[in-house]
Amino acid sequence: MGQQSRFLKIVALLGFVFLYAPIVSLVIFSFNESKLVTVWGGFSTKWYAELFRDPQILEAAWVSIKIALISATLAIVIGTVGSFVLIRFKKFRTKGLLSMMITAPLVMPEVIIGLSLLLLFVAMQGLIGWPGGRGMLTIIIAHSTFGAAYAAVVIQSRLVDMDLSIEEAAQDLGARPVRVFFGVTLPVMAPALLSGWLLVFTLSLDDLVIASFVSGPGASTLPMVVFSKVRLGVSPDVNALATIIIGIVSLGIIAAALEISRSKKHGAER
Amino acid sequence: MSQRETLNGKLPGGAFLGRALHRIGLRGRGLVIAIPVLWLFLFFLLPFLVVAKISLSEAAIARPPYLPLWNWDDGFLNITLNFGNYLFLFDDPLYLSAYIESVKIAAVSTVITLLVGYPMAYLIARSAPDTRNILLMLVILPFWTSFLLRVYAWIGFLKGNGIINNILMKIGLINEPLVMLQTDFAVYIGIVYTYLPFMILPLFANLVKLDQSYLEASADLGARPITTFFTVTLPLSASGIIAGCMLVFIPAVGEFVIPALLGGPDTLMIGRVLWNEFFSNRDWPIASAVAIVMLVVLVIPIMLLRKAQAAEAEVQ
Repeated sequence: MGQQSRFLKIVALLGFVFLYAPIVSLVIFSFNESKLVTVWGGFSTKWYAELFRDPQILEAAWVSIKIALISATLAIVIGTVGSFVLIRFKKFRTKGLLSMMITAPLVMPEVIIGLSLLLLFVAMQGLIGWPGGRGMLTIIIAHSTFGAAYAAVVIQSRLVDMDLSIEEAAQDLGARPVRVFFGVTLPVMAPALLSGWLLVFTLSLDDLVIASFVSGPGASTLPMVVFSKVRLGVSPDVNALATIIIGIVSLGIIAAALEISRSKKHGAER
Repeated sequence: MSQRETLNGKLPGGAFLGRALHRIGLRGRGLVIAIPVLWLFLFFLLPFLVVAKISLSEAAIARPPYLPLWNWDDGFLNITLNFGNYLFLFDDPLYLSAYIESVKIAAVSTVITLLVGYPMAYLIARSAPDTRNILLMLVILPFWTSFLLRVYAWIGFLKGNGIINNILMKIGLINEPLVMLQTDFAVYIGIVYTYLPFMILPLFANLVKLDQSYLEASADLGARPITTFFTVTLPLSASGIIAGCMLVFIPAVGEFVIPALLGGPDTLMIGRVLWNEFFSNRDWPIASAVAIVMLVVLVIPIMLLRKAQAAEAEVQ
Protein backbone atom coordinates (compact mmCIF):
# COMPACT_ATOMS: atom_id res chain seq x y z
CA MET A 1 0.00 0.00 0.00
CA GLY A 2 2.78 2.41 0.97
CA GLN A 3 4.64 1.62 -2.21
CA GLN A 4 1.51 2.15 -4.24
CA SER A 5 0.81 5.58 -2.80
CA ARG A 6 4.45 6.63 -3.25
CA PHE A 7 4.19 5.69 -6.93
CA LEU A 8 1.00 7.73 -7.20
CA LYS A 9 2.60 10.73 -5.53
CA ILE A 10 5.59 10.65 -7.86
CA VAL A 11 3.36 10.45 -10.96
CA ALA A 12 1.15 13.26 -9.69
CA LEU A 13 4.15 15.41 -8.83
CA LEU A 14 5.57 14.92 -12.33
CA GLY A 15 2.14 15.76 -13.71
CA PHE A 16 2.03 19.05 -11.86
CA VAL A 17 5.60 19.88 -12.93
CA PHE A 18 4.50 19.19 -16.51
CA LEU A 19 1.53 21.55 -16.08
CA TYR A 20 3.49 24.39 -14.51
CA ALA A 21 7.01 24.30 -15.98
CA PRO A 22 6.00 26.07 -19.22
CA ILE A 23 4.12 28.76 -17.31
CA VAL A 24 7.04 29.36 -14.96
CA SER A 25 9.47 29.53 -17.87
CA LEU A 26 7.31 32.14 -19.61
CA VAL A 27 7.49 34.34 -16.53
CA ILE A 28 11.23 33.89 -15.94
CA PHE A 29 12.26 34.64 -19.51
CA SER A 30 10.07 37.71 -19.70
CA PHE A 31 12.70 39.35 -17.45
CA ASN A 32 15.54 38.26 -19.68
CA GLU A 33 17.93 40.88 -21.05
CA SER A 34 18.79 38.77 -24.11
CA LYS A 35 16.56 38.56 -27.14
CA LEU A 36 17.18 34.81 -27.23
CA VAL A 37 14.23 33.73 -25.17
CA THR A 38 15.88 30.60 -23.79
CA VAL A 39 19.37 31.86 -22.90
CA TRP A 40 19.68 33.92 -19.75
CA GLY A 41 21.39 37.26 -20.34
CA GLY A 42 20.69 39.09 -17.09
CA PHE A 43 17.67 40.72 -15.48
CA SER A 44 15.79 43.37 -17.40
CA THR A 45 12.30 44.79 -17.70
CA LYS A 46 12.88 46.24 -21.15
CA TRP A 47 10.42 43.85 -22.87
CA TYR A 48 7.62 45.26 -20.75
CA ALA A 49 8.52 48.76 -21.92
CA GLU A 50 8.59 47.49 -25.49
CA LEU A 51 5.20 45.86 -25.06
CA PHE A 52 3.63 49.10 -23.89
CA ARG A 53 5.17 51.00 -26.79
CA ASP A 54 3.66 48.64 -29.37
CA PRO A 55 0.51 50.37 -30.65
CA GLN A 56 -0.67 47.26 -32.50
CA ILE A 57 -0.70 45.16 -29.31
CA LEU A 58 -2.34 47.89 -27.23
CA GLU A 59 -5.03 48.48 -29.82
CA ALA A 60 -5.73 44.75 -30.16
CA ALA A 61 -5.83 44.32 -26.38
CA TRP A 62 -8.44 47.06 -26.11
CA VAL A 63 -10.55 45.49 -28.89
CA SER A 64 -10.32 42.10 -27.16
CA ILE A 65 -11.31 43.49 -23.77
CA LYS A 66 -14.35 45.26 -25.20
CA ILE A 67 -15.43 42.11 -27.03
CA ALA A 68 -14.92 39.96 -23.93
CA LEU A 69 -16.89 42.32 -21.66
CA ILE A 70 -19.94 42.38 -23.94
CA SER A 71 -19.76 38.70 -24.93
CA ALA A 72 -19.49 37.50 -21.32
CA THR A 73 -22.53 39.56 -20.32
CA LEU A 74 -24.64 38.38 -23.26
CA ALA A 75 -23.53 34.77 -22.74
CA ILE A 76 -24.56 34.92 -19.09
CA VAL A 77 -28.02 36.20 -20.01
CA ILE A 78 -28.56 33.47 -22.63
CA GLY A 79 -26.95 30.80 -20.44
CA THR A 80 -28.98 31.75 -17.37
CA VAL A 81 -32.32 31.86 -19.16
CA GLY A 82 -31.48 28.65 -21.02
CA SER A 83 -30.46 26.76 -17.87
CA PHE A 84 -33.40 28.06 -15.87
CA VAL A 85 -35.86 27.03 -18.55
CA LEU A 86 -34.28 23.60 -18.91
CA ILE A 87 -34.19 22.81 -15.22
CA ARG A 88 -37.26 24.53 -13.79
CA PHE A 89 -39.82 24.45 -16.59
CA LYS A 90 -41.85 21.33 -17.13
CA LYS A 91 -41.90 19.73 -20.54
CA PHE A 92 -42.09 22.05 -23.53
CA ARG A 93 -41.85 21.35 -27.23
CA THR A 94 -38.33 22.61 -27.87
CA LYS A 95 -36.79 21.25 -24.66
CA GLY A 96 -34.79 18.46 -26.31
CA LEU A 97 -33.61 20.81 -29.03
CA LEU A 98 -32.54 23.47 -26.53
CA SER A 99 -30.70 20.97 -24.37
CA MET A 100 -28.82 19.72 -27.44
CA MET A 101 -28.03 23.19 -28.75
CA ILE A 102 -26.74 24.48 -25.43
CA THR A 103 -24.31 21.60 -24.81
CA ALA A 104 -23.14 20.94 -28.37
CA PRO A 105 -20.85 23.99 -28.72
CA LEU A 106 -18.74 22.55 -25.87
CA VAL A 107 -17.61 19.60 -27.98
CA MET A 108 -17.62 21.20 -31.41
CA PRO A 109 -14.16 21.80 -32.91
CA GLU A 110 -13.46 25.53 -33.10
CA VAL A 111 -12.69 25.48 -36.82
CA ILE A 112 -16.21 24.20 -37.51
CA ILE A 113 -17.91 26.79 -35.29
CA GLY A 114 -15.85 29.56 -36.86
CA LEU A 115 -16.43 28.48 -40.46
CA SER A 116 -20.15 27.85 -40.02
CA LEU A 117 -20.80 31.21 -38.35
CA LEU A 118 -18.83 33.06 -40.99
CA LEU A 119 -20.80 31.40 -43.78
CA LEU A 120 -24.03 32.29 -41.97
CA PHE A 121 -23.00 35.94 -41.68
CA VAL A 122 -22.08 36.08 -45.36
CA ALA A 123 -25.37 34.46 -46.38
CA MET A 124 -27.37 36.82 -44.14
CA GLN A 125 -25.48 39.78 -45.51
CA GLY A 126 -26.58 38.77 -49.00
CA LEU A 127 -30.19 38.14 -47.99
CA ILE A 128 -31.07 40.93 -45.55
CA GLY A 129 -28.03 43.19 -45.52
CA TRP A 130 -27.21 42.44 -41.89
CA PRO A 131 -24.80 42.31 -39.94
CA GLY A 132 -23.24 44.91 -42.21
CA GLY A 133 -19.69 43.69 -42.63
CA ARG A 134 -17.52 41.68 -40.31
CA GLY A 135 -15.79 42.95 -37.24
CA MET A 136 -16.45 43.40 -33.54
CA LEU A 137 -20.19 42.71 -33.80
CA THR A 138 -19.75 39.35 -35.51
CA ILE A 139 -17.04 38.31 -33.04
CA ILE A 140 -19.31 39.28 -30.14
CA ILE A 141 -22.17 37.17 -31.54
CA ALA A 142 -19.84 34.20 -32.01
CA HIS A 143 -18.31 34.48 -28.55
CA SER A 144 -21.63 34.91 -26.76
CA THR A 145 -22.97 31.81 -28.49
CA PHE A 146 -20.21 29.41 -27.48
CA GLY A 147 -19.80 31.30 -24.18
CA ALA A 148 -23.46 30.62 -23.34
CA ALA A 149 -22.69 26.89 -23.47
CA TYR A 150 -19.88 27.23 -20.91
CA ALA A 151 -21.95 29.58 -18.75
CA ALA A 152 -24.84 27.08 -18.83
CA VAL A 153 -22.62 24.30 -17.44
CA VAL A 154 -21.63 26.42 -14.43
CA ILE A 155 -25.14 27.77 -13.85
CA GLN A 156 -26.95 24.45 -14.30
CA SER A 157 -24.89 22.73 -11.64
CA ARG A 158 -25.79 25.54 -9.22
CA LEU A 159 -29.48 25.44 -10.12
CA VAL A 160 -29.64 21.68 -9.55
CA ASP A 161 -28.11 22.03 -6.08
CA MET A 162 -30.28 24.97 -5.11
CA ASP A 163 -32.77 24.61 -2.29
CA LEU A 164 -36.25 24.94 -3.82
CA SER A 165 -37.94 25.80 -0.52
CA ILE A 166 -36.90 29.49 -0.55
CA GLU A 167 -38.47 30.00 -3.94
CA GLU A 168 -41.57 28.15 -2.83
CA ALA A 169 -41.77 30.32 0.28
CA ALA A 170 -41.65 33.47 -1.84
CA GLN A 171 -44.34 32.04 -4.10
CA ASP A 172 -46.52 31.16 -1.10
CA LEU A 173 -46.17 34.74 0.10
CA GLY A 174 -47.72 35.85 -3.16
CA ALA A 175 -44.72 36.85 -5.29
CA ARG A 176 -45.23 36.47 -9.00
CA PRO A 177 -42.81 34.19 -10.95
CA VAL A 178 -40.83 37.13 -12.38
CA ARG A 179 -40.48 38.63 -8.90
CA VAL A 180 -39.37 35.27 -7.45
CA PHE A 181 -36.76 34.93 -10.18
CA PHE A 182 -35.25 38.39 -9.74
CA GLY A 183 -35.75 38.59 -5.98
CA VAL A 184 -34.76 35.09 -4.88
CA THR A 185 -33.32 32.83 -7.58
CA LEU A 186 -30.92 35.32 -9.13
CA PRO A 187 -29.29 36.50 -5.86
CA VAL A 188 -28.80 32.90 -4.72
CA MET A 189 -27.18 32.11 -8.06
CA ALA A 190 -24.94 35.18 -7.99
CA PRO A 191 -21.67 33.33 -7.28
CA ALA A 192 -22.31 30.92 -10.15
CA LEU A 193 -23.17 33.84 -12.43
CA LEU A 194 -19.93 35.57 -11.48
CA SER A 195 -17.74 32.54 -12.07
CA GLY A 196 -19.57 31.81 -15.33
CA TRP A 197 -19.04 35.40 -16.43
CA LEU A 198 -15.34 35.25 -15.61
CA LEU A 199 -14.99 31.96 -17.47
CA VAL A 200 -16.60 33.32 -20.64
CA PHE A 201 -14.59 36.55 -20.34
CA THR A 202 -11.36 34.52 -20.23
CA LEU A 203 -12.38 32.24 -23.10
CA SER A 204 -13.36 35.20 -25.25
CA LEU A 205 -10.08 36.99 -24.50
CA ASP A 206 -8.21 33.83 -25.47
CA ASP A 207 -9.99 32.74 -28.62
CA LEU A 208 -7.96 32.77 -31.82
CA VAL A 209 -9.67 30.37 -34.22
CA ILE A 210 -13.30 31.51 -34.13
CA ALA A 211 -12.36 35.19 -34.10
CA SER A 212 -10.06 34.72 -37.11
CA PHE A 213 -12.93 33.27 -39.13
CA VAL A 214 -15.67 35.76 -38.27
CA SER A 215 -13.55 38.90 -38.03
CA GLY A 216 -13.02 41.23 -40.92
CA PRO A 217 -10.25 43.64 -41.79
CA GLY A 218 -9.85 46.30 -39.13
CA ALA A 219 -10.86 44.23 -36.11
CA SER A 220 -7.80 42.30 -34.93
CA THR A 221 -8.06 40.77 -31.50
CA LEU A 222 -5.11 40.25 -29.17
CA PRO A 223 -4.77 36.50 -29.89
CA MET A 224 -4.74 37.24 -33.63
CA VAL A 225 -1.86 39.71 -33.23
CA VAL A 226 0.00 37.38 -30.85
CA PHE A 227 -0.45 34.44 -33.21
CA SER A 228 0.97 36.29 -36.19
CA LYS A 229 3.96 37.39 -34.05
CA VAL A 230 4.55 33.93 -32.57
CA ARG A 231 4.35 32.22 -35.95
CA LEU A 232 7.55 33.99 -36.90
CA GLY A 233 9.31 32.63 -33.81
CA VAL A 234 9.61 33.39 -30.12
CA SER A 235 9.67 37.01 -29.08
CA PRO A 236 10.30 38.20 -25.52
CA ASP A 237 7.57 40.85 -25.49
CA VAL A 238 5.04 38.03 -25.88
CA ASN A 239 6.55 36.56 -22.69
CA ALA A 240 6.01 39.91 -20.99
CA LEU A 241 2.38 39.90 -22.11
CA ALA A 242 1.95 36.34 -20.84
CA THR A 243 3.41 37.31 -17.47
CA ILE A 244 0.95 40.17 -17.11
CA ILE A 245 -1.99 37.87 -17.91
CA ILE A 246 -0.71 35.18 -15.51
CA GLY A 247 -0.28 37.84 -12.82
CA ILE A 248 -3.84 39.11 -13.20
CA VAL A 249 -5.27 35.58 -13.18
CA SER A 250 -3.27 34.57 -10.10
CA LEU A 251 -4.38 37.69 -8.22
CA GLY A 252 -7.99 36.94 -9.14
CA ILE A 253 -7.73 33.32 -7.99
CA ILE A 254 -6.05 34.29 -4.71
CA ALA A 255 -8.75 36.90 -4.05
CA ALA A 256 -11.46 34.33 -4.78
CA ALA A 257 -9.82 31.76 -2.50
CA LEU A 258 -9.51 34.30 0.35
CA GLU A 259 -13.12 35.34 -0.11
CA ILE A 260 -14.28 31.72 0.01
CA SER A 261 -12.30 30.90 3.17
CA ARG A 262 -13.47 34.16 4.79
CA SER A 263 -17.13 33.44 4.11
CA LYS A 264 -16.65 29.86 5.33
CA LYS A 265 -15.22 31.14 8.63
CA HIS A 266 -18.02 33.66 8.83
CA GLY A 267 -20.53 30.87 8.39
CA ALA A 268 -18.82 28.72 11.04
CA GLU A 269 -18.90 31.54 13.61
CA ARG A 270 -22.60 31.90 13.19
CA MET B 1 -47.86 45.93 -4.06
CA SER B 2 -46.66 49.52 -3.97
CA GLN B 3 -43.50 48.48 -5.76
CA ARG B 4 -45.48 47.03 -8.61
CA GLU B 5 -47.44 50.22 -8.97
CA THR B 6 -44.32 52.32 -9.23
CA LEU B 7 -42.94 49.85 -11.73
CA ASN B 8 -46.04 50.20 -13.86
CA GLY B 9 -45.91 53.95 -13.41
CA LYS B 10 -42.37 54.05 -14.70
CA LEU B 11 -43.12 51.93 -17.70
CA PRO B 12 -46.38 53.15 -19.18
CA GLY B 13 -45.78 51.13 -22.32
CA GLY B 14 -45.28 47.96 -20.34
CA ALA B 15 -48.92 47.01 -20.08
CA PHE B 16 -49.50 47.73 -23.76
CA LEU B 17 -46.49 45.67 -24.80
CA GLY B 18 -47.66 42.84 -22.60
CA ARG B 19 -51.09 42.81 -24.18
CA ALA B 20 -49.64 42.96 -27.69
CA LEU B 21 -47.35 39.99 -27.04
CA HIS B 22 -50.23 38.15 -25.46
CA ARG B 23 -52.31 38.66 -28.56
CA ILE B 24 -49.72 37.03 -30.83
CA GLY B 25 -49.65 34.05 -28.51
CA LEU B 26 -46.41 34.75 -26.67
CA ARG B 27 -47.03 34.74 -22.97
CA GLY B 28 -44.38 35.11 -20.30
CA ARG B 29 -43.36 31.47 -20.34
CA GLY B 30 -43.15 31.12 -24.10
CA LEU B 31 -41.23 34.37 -24.35
CA VAL B 32 -38.67 33.23 -21.80
CA ILE B 33 -38.20 29.93 -23.63
CA ALA B 34 -37.92 31.74 -26.96
CA ILE B 35 -34.86 33.81 -25.99
CA PRO B 36 -32.29 30.98 -25.76
CA VAL B 37 -34.00 28.76 -28.33
CA LEU B 38 -34.08 31.44 -31.02
CA TRP B 39 -30.56 32.69 -30.32
CA LEU B 40 -29.01 29.23 -30.42
CA PHE B 41 -31.06 28.18 -33.42
CA LEU B 42 -30.00 31.24 -35.36
CA PHE B 43 -26.32 31.27 -34.40
CA PHE B 44 -25.56 27.62 -33.77
CA LEU B 45 -27.88 25.28 -35.69
CA LEU B 46 -28.68 27.34 -38.77
CA PRO B 47 -24.96 27.87 -39.58
CA PHE B 48 -24.54 24.11 -40.01
CA LEU B 49 -27.30 24.05 -42.60
CA VAL B 50 -25.53 26.88 -44.41
CA VAL B 51 -22.27 24.89 -44.34
CA ALA B 52 -24.06 21.83 -45.70
CA LYS B 53 -25.57 23.94 -48.46
CA ILE B 54 -22.31 25.58 -49.48
CA SER B 55 -20.50 22.24 -49.45
CA LEU B 56 -22.78 21.30 -52.36
CA SER B 57 -22.16 24.42 -54.41
CA GLU B 58 -19.49 25.20 -56.92
CA ALA B 59 -16.50 27.40 -56.20
CA ALA B 60 -16.27 30.56 -58.29
CA ILE B 61 -14.24 33.70 -58.48
CA ALA B 62 -16.89 35.97 -57.06
CA ARG B 63 -18.03 37.57 -53.83
CA PRO B 64 -18.90 35.38 -51.98
CA PRO B 65 -16.71 32.82 -53.77
CA TYR B 66 -19.33 30.21 -54.66
CA LEU B 67 -22.24 29.85 -57.06
CA PRO B 68 -25.86 29.75 -55.83
CA LEU B 69 -27.52 26.35 -55.50
CA TRP B 70 -30.74 27.39 -57.22
CA ASN B 71 -31.88 30.04 -59.65
CA TRP B 72 -35.02 30.97 -61.58
CA ASP B 73 -34.75 30.69 -65.30
CA ASP B 74 -37.80 31.42 -67.47
CA GLY B 75 -40.15 30.01 -64.87
CA PHE B 76 -37.92 26.98 -64.26
CA LEU B 77 -36.35 26.44 -60.88
CA ASN B 78 -32.86 25.11 -61.48
CA ILE B 79 -31.21 23.36 -58.60
CA THR B 80 -27.57 22.46 -59.05
CA LEU B 81 -26.15 20.10 -56.46
CA ASN B 82 -22.44 19.70 -56.81
CA PHE B 83 -21.16 16.55 -55.15
CA GLY B 84 -17.81 17.15 -56.76
CA ASN B 85 -16.40 18.65 -53.55
CA TYR B 86 -16.99 15.40 -51.67
CA LEU B 87 -15.71 13.26 -54.55
CA PHE B 88 -12.62 15.47 -54.63
CA LEU B 89 -12.04 14.87 -50.90
CA PHE B 90 -12.02 11.11 -51.40
CA ASP B 91 -10.05 11.31 -54.60
CA ASP B 92 -7.19 13.41 -53.35
CA PRO B 93 -5.00 11.35 -50.97
CA LEU B 94 -4.11 14.56 -49.10
CA TYR B 95 -7.51 14.82 -47.42
CA LEU B 96 -7.89 11.14 -46.61
CA SER B 97 -4.45 10.99 -45.02
CA ALA B 98 -5.17 14.21 -43.12
CA TYR B 99 -8.31 12.64 -41.62
CA ILE B 100 -6.46 9.44 -40.71
CA GLU B 101 -3.50 11.39 -39.31
CA SER B 102 -5.81 13.60 -37.19
CA VAL B 103 -7.67 10.64 -35.73
CA LYS B 104 -4.37 8.84 -35.05
CA ILE B 105 -2.73 11.84 -33.37
CA ALA B 106 -5.87 12.56 -31.33
CA ALA B 107 -6.22 8.90 -30.28
CA VAL B 108 -2.59 8.48 -29.21
CA SER B 109 -2.66 11.78 -27.31
CA THR B 110 -5.89 10.74 -25.60
CA VAL B 111 -4.31 7.49 -24.37
CA ILE B 112 -1.23 9.35 -23.08
CA THR B 113 -3.45 11.95 -21.39
CA LEU B 114 -5.40 9.14 -19.69
CA LEU B 115 -2.20 7.47 -18.47
CA VAL B 116 -0.96 10.77 -16.99
CA GLY B 117 -4.35 12.01 -15.80
CA TYR B 118 -5.71 8.89 -14.10
CA PRO B 119 -3.11 8.64 -11.33
CA MET B 120 -3.41 12.39 -10.74
CA ALA B 121 -7.21 12.24 -10.52
CA TYR B 122 -6.98 9.17 -8.27
CA LEU B 123 -4.56 10.85 -5.88
CA ILE B 124 -6.64 14.04 -5.74
CA ALA B 125 -9.82 12.06 -5.05
CA ARG B 126 -8.11 10.11 -2.25
CA SER B 127 -6.50 13.07 -0.46
CA ALA B 128 -7.90 14.92 2.56
CA PRO B 129 -10.58 17.53 1.69
CA ASP B 130 -8.31 20.55 2.30
CA THR B 131 -5.45 19.23 0.16
CA ARG B 132 -7.98 18.07 -2.37
CA ASN B 133 -9.29 21.58 -2.97
CA ILE B 134 -5.81 23.00 -3.38
CA LEU B 135 -4.80 20.26 -5.82
CA LEU B 136 -8.01 20.70 -7.82
CA MET B 137 -7.36 24.42 -8.03
CA LEU B 138 -3.84 23.70 -9.29
CA VAL B 139 -5.35 21.56 -12.06
CA ILE B 140 -7.88 24.22 -13.08
CA LEU B 141 -5.57 27.25 -12.81
CA PRO B 142 -3.68 26.76 -16.12
CA PHE B 143 -7.03 26.61 -17.87
CA TRP B 144 -7.57 30.25 -16.88
CA THR B 145 -4.35 31.48 -18.45
CA SER B 146 -4.15 31.90 -22.18
CA PHE B 147 -4.15 28.65 -24.14
CA LEU B 148 -2.28 30.28 -27.02
CA LEU B 149 0.48 31.52 -24.71
CA ARG B 150 0.81 28.15 -23.00
CA VAL B 151 1.29 26.45 -26.37
CA TYR B 152 3.77 29.19 -27.24
CA ALA B 153 5.72 28.38 -24.07
CA TRP B 154 6.47 24.92 -25.48
CA ILE B 155 8.28 26.46 -28.45
CA GLY B 156 10.86 27.77 -25.97
CA PHE B 157 11.14 24.32 -24.39
CA LEU B 158 11.38 22.23 -27.53
CA LYS B 159 13.34 24.23 -30.07
CA GLY B 160 16.91 23.54 -31.12
CA ASN B 161 18.53 25.95 -28.68
CA GLY B 162 15.59 25.60 -26.31
CA ILE B 163 15.44 24.82 -22.61
CA ILE B 164 15.33 21.00 -22.85
CA ASN B 165 18.24 20.80 -25.28
CA ASN B 166 20.27 23.29 -23.21
CA ILE B 167 19.80 21.21 -20.06
CA LEU B 168 20.53 17.88 -21.77
CA MET B 169 23.70 19.26 -23.37
CA LYS B 170 24.90 20.85 -20.14
CA ILE B 171 24.68 17.58 -18.22
CA GLY B 172 26.36 15.86 -21.16
CA LEU B 173 23.59 13.46 -22.08
CA ILE B 174 23.63 14.55 -25.70
CA ASN B 175 26.21 16.31 -27.86
CA GLU B 176 23.93 17.65 -30.53
CA PRO B 177 20.54 19.25 -29.99
CA LEU B 178 17.57 16.93 -30.52
CA VAL B 179 15.06 17.92 -33.16
CA MET B 180 11.78 18.15 -31.26
CA LEU B 181 10.00 21.26 -32.49
CA GLN B 182 8.06 20.91 -35.75
CA THR B 183 7.60 17.16 -35.29
CA ASP B 184 4.62 14.99 -34.42
CA PHE B 185 6.22 14.50 -31.01
CA ALA B 186 5.78 18.21 -30.26
CA VAL B 187 2.12 18.00 -31.32
CA TYR B 188 1.54 15.08 -28.92
CA ILE B 189 3.12 17.05 -26.08
CA GLY B 190 1.04 20.10 -26.93
CA ILE B 191 -2.26 18.20 -26.97
CA VAL B 192 -1.56 16.22 -23.78
CA TYR B 193 -0.47 19.40 -22.03
CA THR B 194 -3.44 21.49 -23.14
CA TYR B 195 -6.15 18.92 -22.53
CA LEU B 196 -4.89 17.29 -19.32
CA PRO B 197 -7.35 19.25 -17.12
CA PHE B 198 -10.24 18.07 -19.33
CA MET B 199 -9.22 14.49 -18.53
CA ILE B 200 -8.56 14.96 -14.82
CA LEU B 201 -11.80 16.77 -13.92
CA PRO B 202 -14.37 14.14 -15.07
CA LEU B 203 -12.14 11.35 -13.73
CA PHE B 204 -11.93 13.10 -10.39
CA ALA B 205 -15.70 13.67 -10.28
CA ASN B 206 -16.14 9.94 -10.82
CA LEU B 207 -13.42 8.65 -8.48
CA VAL B 208 -14.40 10.90 -5.60
CA LYS B 209 -17.79 9.14 -5.47
CA LEU B 210 -16.24 5.68 -5.40
CA ASP B 211 -17.52 3.84 -2.36
CA GLN B 212 -14.51 3.00 -0.19
CA SER B 213 -16.25 -0.07 1.22
CA TYR B 214 -15.96 -1.89 -2.14
CA LEU B 215 -12.19 -1.54 -1.94
CA GLU B 216 -12.18 -2.74 1.66
CA ALA B 217 -14.39 -5.69 0.78
CA SER B 218 -12.05 -6.64 -2.03
CA ALA B 219 -9.03 -6.37 0.27
CA ASP B 220 -10.81 -8.43 2.96
CA LEU B 221 -11.40 -11.15 0.42
CA GLY B 222 -7.65 -11.28 -0.09
CA ALA B 223 -7.19 -9.32 -3.32
CA ARG B 224 -3.92 -7.46 -3.70
CA PRO B 225 -4.22 -3.70 -4.25
CA ILE B 226 -3.28 -4.08 -7.92
CA THR B 227 -5.99 -6.74 -8.43
CA THR B 228 -8.54 -4.56 -6.65
CA PHE B 229 -7.61 -1.68 -8.91
CA PHE B 230 -8.12 -3.65 -12.12
CA THR B 231 -11.23 -5.55 -11.02
CA VAL B 232 -13.06 -2.94 -8.92
CA THR B 233 -11.82 0.64 -9.31
CA LEU B 234 -11.20 0.64 -13.04
CA PRO B 235 -14.55 -0.89 -14.12
CA LEU B 236 -16.45 1.39 -11.73
CA SER B 237 -14.81 4.47 -13.23
CA ALA B 238 -15.55 3.43 -16.83
CA SER B 239 -18.02 6.23 -17.55
CA GLY B 240 -15.59 8.82 -16.12
CA ILE B 241 -12.84 7.42 -18.34
CA ILE B 242 -15.04 7.58 -21.45
CA ALA B 243 -16.18 11.13 -20.66
CA GLY B 244 -12.60 12.33 -20.08
CA CYS B 245 -11.27 10.58 -23.19
CA MET B 246 -13.95 12.03 -25.45
CA LEU B 247 -13.45 15.53 -24.01
CA VAL B 248 -9.82 15.23 -25.11
CA PHE B 249 -10.31 13.32 -28.35
CA ILE B 250 -13.07 15.42 -29.95
CA PRO B 251 -11.40 18.84 -29.82
CA ALA B 252 -8.00 17.29 -30.56
CA VAL B 253 -9.22 15.94 -33.91
CA GLY B 254 -10.11 19.44 -35.10
CA GLU B 255 -7.17 21.17 -33.41
CA PHE B 256 -5.55 23.99 -35.37
CA VAL B 257 -3.30 26.06 -33.09
CA ILE B 258 -1.17 23.19 -31.75
CA PRO B 259 -0.20 21.64 -35.13
CA ALA B 260 0.26 25.14 -36.59
CA LEU B 261 2.69 26.25 -33.87
CA LEU B 262 4.40 23.02 -32.79
CA GLY B 263 3.97 20.69 -35.77
CA GLY B 264 6.11 20.52 -38.86
CA PRO B 265 5.02 21.26 -42.41
CA ASP B 266 4.21 17.56 -42.87
CA THR B 267 2.02 17.33 -39.75
CA LEU B 268 -1.26 17.17 -41.59
CA MET B 269 -4.21 17.65 -39.32
CA ILE B 270 -7.65 18.23 -40.67
CA GLY B 271 -8.25 21.46 -38.74
CA ARG B 272 -5.17 22.89 -40.39
CA VAL B 273 -6.27 21.67 -43.84
CA LEU B 274 -9.65 23.35 -43.37
CA TRP B 275 -7.94 26.57 -42.28
CA ASN B 276 -5.68 26.57 -45.34
CA GLU B 277 -8.52 25.79 -47.75
CA PHE B 278 -10.41 28.71 -46.33
CA PHE B 279 -7.75 31.35 -45.75
CA SER B 280 -5.08 30.50 -48.35
CA ASN B 281 -7.00 28.88 -51.20
CA ARG B 282 -10.24 30.76 -50.53
CA ASP B 283 -12.12 27.62 -51.60
CA TRP B 284 -15.20 27.89 -49.38
CA PRO B 285 -17.11 24.90 -50.82
CA ILE B 286 -14.17 22.54 -50.22
CA ALA B 287 -13.64 23.95 -46.72
CA SER B 288 -17.35 23.33 -46.03
CA ALA B 289 -17.14 19.75 -47.32
CA VAL B 290 -14.07 19.18 -45.11
CA ALA B 291 -16.09 20.45 -42.13
CA ILE B 292 -19.10 18.24 -42.88
CA VAL B 293 -16.95 15.11 -43.19
CA MET B 294 -15.18 16.05 -39.93
CA LEU B 295 -18.59 16.26 -38.22
CA VAL B 296 -19.50 12.81 -39.54
CA VAL B 297 -16.21 11.43 -38.16
CA LEU B 298 -17.05 12.97 -34.77
CA VAL B 299 -20.65 11.72 -34.52
CA ILE B 300 -19.75 8.47 -32.74
CA PRO B 301 -17.36 10.08 -30.21
CA ILE B 302 -19.97 12.76 -29.45
CA MET B 303 -22.65 10.12 -28.87
CA LEU B 304 -20.27 8.17 -26.61
CA LEU B 305 -19.63 11.35 -24.61
CA ARG B 306 -23.34 12.08 -24.16
CA LYS B 307 -23.96 8.52 -22.99
CA ALA B 308 -21.09 8.64 -20.51
CA GLN B 309 -22.24 11.99 -19.16
CA ALA B 310 -25.79 10.70 -18.75
CA ALA B 311 -24.45 7.67 -16.85
CA GLU B 312 -22.40 9.98 -14.62
CA ALA B 313 -25.42 12.17 -13.89
CA GLU B 314 -27.43 9.10 -12.92
CA VAL B 315 -24.87 8.05 -10.30
CA GLN B 316 -25.08 11.49 -8.75
